[in-house]
Amino acid sequence: MNAVFYLLAVLTLAGGLAAILFKHLIHSALAVTVAFGGLALLFLQLDAQFAGFAQILIYIGAVAILIVFAILLTHGSELPKEGVFSRSWILGLVIAAGVFAVLAWAVLQSVHAAPQQSAVPVVSVRDIGNALVGRYVLPLEIVGLLLTAATVGAVIVAKHETGRSR
Amino acid sequence: MTSAGPQLTGYLLVAAMLFAIGLAGALVRRNAIMVLIGIELMLNAANLNLIAFWRFGAHPETLTGMMFAVFSIAVAAAEAAVGLGLVISIYRHTYTTDLDRMNRMKG
Amino acid sequence: MMQGAAPFVPAATLPAIAHILWLVPAAPIVASGTIALLKQSRRKASASLAIGSLSFSLVLSIVAFAVTVREWAHGAIVRESFNFIWLQFGDRTVDLGWVLDPLAAVMVVMVSFVGLLIFIYSVGYMAHDENFTRFYCFMSLFAGAMLGVVIANSMLLLFMCWEIVGLTSYLLIGFWYRRPAAAAAAKKAFITTRVGDIFFLLGVVWLFSQTGTLLLYNHGAGSLEGLALGGLLRQHAALGLSAASAIALLIFAGAAGKSGQLPLHVWLPDAMEGPTPVSALIHAATMVAAGVFLVARVYPLMQIGAPEHGTTAALTVVTWVGAATAVFGATIAVAQNDIKRILAYSTVSQLGYMMAGLSLGGIAVGMFHLITHAFFKALLFLGAGSVIYGSHEEQDIRRMGGLKVDMPLTFITYAIGMLALCGFPLFFSGFWSKDAILEAAHHSAAIEGPFYFLLLGVLLTAFYMTRQVCYVFFGYWRGHELAHESPKVMTLPLVILALFSMALGFIGTPAWPWFHAFLEGGPPAFVIHAFADSRLLALMAVSSLVVFLGLGLGWRLYGDRSPEPEEPDVLETSVPWLWAGLCDRLYVDELYGATAIAFYAWWARVADWFDRRVWGGAVAGVAWAFGLWARLNCLLDVYWVDGGFDKACDELSNGGGLLARVESGRVQSYLRILAVAVVALAAILFWSDRR
Repeated sequence: MNAVFYLLAVLTLAGGLAAILFKHLIHSALAVTVAFGGLALLFLQLDAQFAGFAQILIYIGAVAILIVFAILLTHGSELPKEGVFSRSWILGLVIAAGVFAVLAWAVLQSVHAAPQQSAVPVVSVRDIGNALVGRYVLPLEIVGLLLTAATVGAVIVAKHETGRSR
Repeated sequence: MTSAGPQLTGYLLVAAMLFAIGLAGALVRRNAIMVLIGIELMLNAANLNLIAFWRFGAHPETLTGMMFAVFSIAVAAAEAAVGLGLVISIYRHTYTTDLDRMNRMKG
Repeated sequence: MMQGAAPFVPAATLPAIAHILWLVPAAPIVASGTIALLKQSRRKASASLAIGSLSFSLVLSIVAFAVTVREWAHGAIVRESFNFIWLQFGDRTVDLGWVLDPLAAVMVVMVSFVGLLIFIYSVGYMAHDENFTRFYCFMSLFAGAMLGVVIANSMLLLFMCWEIVGLTSYLLIGFWYRRPAAAAAAKKAFITTRVGDIFFLLGVVWLFSQTGTLLLYNHGAGSLEGLALGGLLRQHAALGLSAASAIALLIFAGAAGKSGQLPLHVWLPDAMEGPTPVSALIHAATMVAAGVFLVARVYPLMQIGAPEHGTTAALTVVTWVGAATAVFGATIAVAQNDIKRILAYSTVSQLGYMMAGLSLGGIAVGMFHLITHAFFKALLFLGAGSVIYGSHEEQDIRRMGGLKVDMPLTFITYAIGMLALCGFPLFFSGFWSKDAILEAAHHSAAIEGPFYFLLLGVLLTAFYMTRQVCYVFFGYWRGHELAHESPKVMTLPLVILALFSMALGFIGTPAWPWFHAFLEGGPPAFVIHAFADSRLLALMAVSSLVVFLGLGLGWRLYGDRSPEPEEPDVLETSVPWLWAGLCDRLYVDELYGATAIAFYAWWARVADWFDRRVWGGAVAGVAWAFGLWARLNCLLDVYWVDGGFDKACDELSNGGGLLARVESGRVQSYLRILAVAVVALAAILFWSDRR
């Protein structure tokens, strides 16, 4: 068990790290796709099959493609002259390190108190369906609304303005 | 002390690390799209946290963690769409995606 | 009582009249106040008010005089006073009051009558002057104040009215104030009389402190009555004088200032800068007579303690001062060329006569000459005014001449006045009054010298008056335009005064000494045998001779000749050094200038230096200190307060600038801040949780 976990963890983290370190944006997009994949596998390992497949479908299938399209449309292949990292990148790094430190410390300090459960939960799609339209019907509807609004909004924001610009 | 303990801690740590990496990416890189990528990574780290707690927490049969994560994925997708659309739109006006140069909100 | 004799005195008794006597001075003063409120253009109204009020005073004075005569005829000692308390502090009181006795009755009639005639004269004389109303305002005030002096029974009231008289004299001498000579003369008059008044005030204060009362007559308790006088006599002052004599001398000093006696005479000739009616009323008839009147009033004080056939120290001083003044004034008058100046020095001389008469012969002798002099001197001044008016404001006698033809009425009246002044025998009042003085001087066993002085004065008086009349009325006209007679409103008072100048003599002849008896309270007897006294006849002959001598000398030297104005005078060619000295008024003014005035100027310089350097320096020092303090404050303000404040504001805006840098507009920096905030929050939460 643990070995698989470590492998998957390394894969995911490497992918994430690569994503932020590559100069070319396309490479970063591909690396982040790998990270998404790694996470999906982690979900599968955690017996959250639905979440894992949803992750693959949506993240890898839609978000990553979207990112690639965006890179394409913004001419992301051209490298900027000043370099890819911001002027004060050390500060950002430090902050991120600080955040990690706090989180890690919190995690390490508090897990002792959490009750441990190792029984594998059996989750069927039927249960998920029932939960969606039963207990979580409101969030479902709202998410639907949100998605509609997002779609419409994205289209409006990104479309060519007639007659203006250029 | 069962064998599930280290597993939870491990997952949480991985999530934390991923979150930190995502944050670093958002804070360090110049490109706007990179920032969005970083945000996606952070969201994913949060999802991992949720699933991990669902798996190793009390009452997994209520599916709370999983549902939360699923909704989070959906919302993240919507947000990515809108965000990238914005970046494209800004690119059309300013011909750059360099965040250091976008300081019209200065002051 | 005597209904038929005096139809306007229905049932008047002495106390009743004395009670309302205050109306006599009050009427002109009220008129003066009213005129002061009138506009300049209301000339008729102001003249009418003045003349009307003084007529009222005259009528009341005549009533009072008649009543007094009636009471005296009954053989009573006539003196009625009306006193009241004015101020009270502790158990001391300051009283005011007025008295009606023969002296007051005579004076009050004379002042209001002569004053009324002069008021009427002024209607014509001042007709062309634009300050007509102001003139009558001041003249009325003067008349009221003079009448107040005359009836005053309290030394305080007398002094107050005395000062008002001095004030109005100043105002009237400087009437044409735009002329520097007039303004200077007014100042000189005021200051010189002030010197006398200081001594007067000292005397009054001393009297008050010794006797405890300021009232002169108070039914036995007054300061001039037996009890008080006795006390004053016993009190010893310095230099062997009794308190009575010392106080009397101090009061005489005040009288000497007002009446132009020898050291303090310098203001009188300069006072001729005022209009002629002013000279006539104030400096001939009334104000200058106030000094003589004052000596007469306090005569008991001067006389007390005199041994049999002797005299007191005070009276001796008065006699010699009077005699010296008489000669002094007469000698200077010989060399003057201004028609009014001659008359002014003549007045100085005659005042000396009056003072000598008072001290040598008693109240009646001096007062008689005062009354006659008032009439003929006023006549002479008004006549001179008529001459000036007729010869178009010419005042130098060397530019006149031959006016007996052009101004006949003026000439006749002036001649009458001149003869009265000289003392021409028998028909002129001046002869009788001057003779009374000469007789008293001759009879005086104690003091011998003054008689010869006075006789010399008679000679000089006749001489200079002849000179003046010859220059003005005889010979031929040497002026610029032709002269003309004055209007009736001016000549009528002249005629009235001339008549009185002649007639008044008859109430004071030795054969019928009515005036003397009236004033001194004896029976009026018509004693023709008095003329049989050989000594008296001899004296009359001697004085007449001297008068003729003077007249003849004057006529011989000046006669009908009219020398050109530029030619030197006859006497000038013969005794030039004497003439020059007399012309320059015997250098008395120069003496004052070199001593008192020079000292005063030096003192003023010292005071000025002190004021500028010491006090001015102190003030400047304080100002400098304040300036320093202000500058210090300014520096503090600018550098510390302002600087601090400005700096704080700069820091604030810098800080704002610094803080604004957070708003970089860059999304990533916002993100960073968010992250830091979350970390911090998390840390706090965990930390607090752990505890």
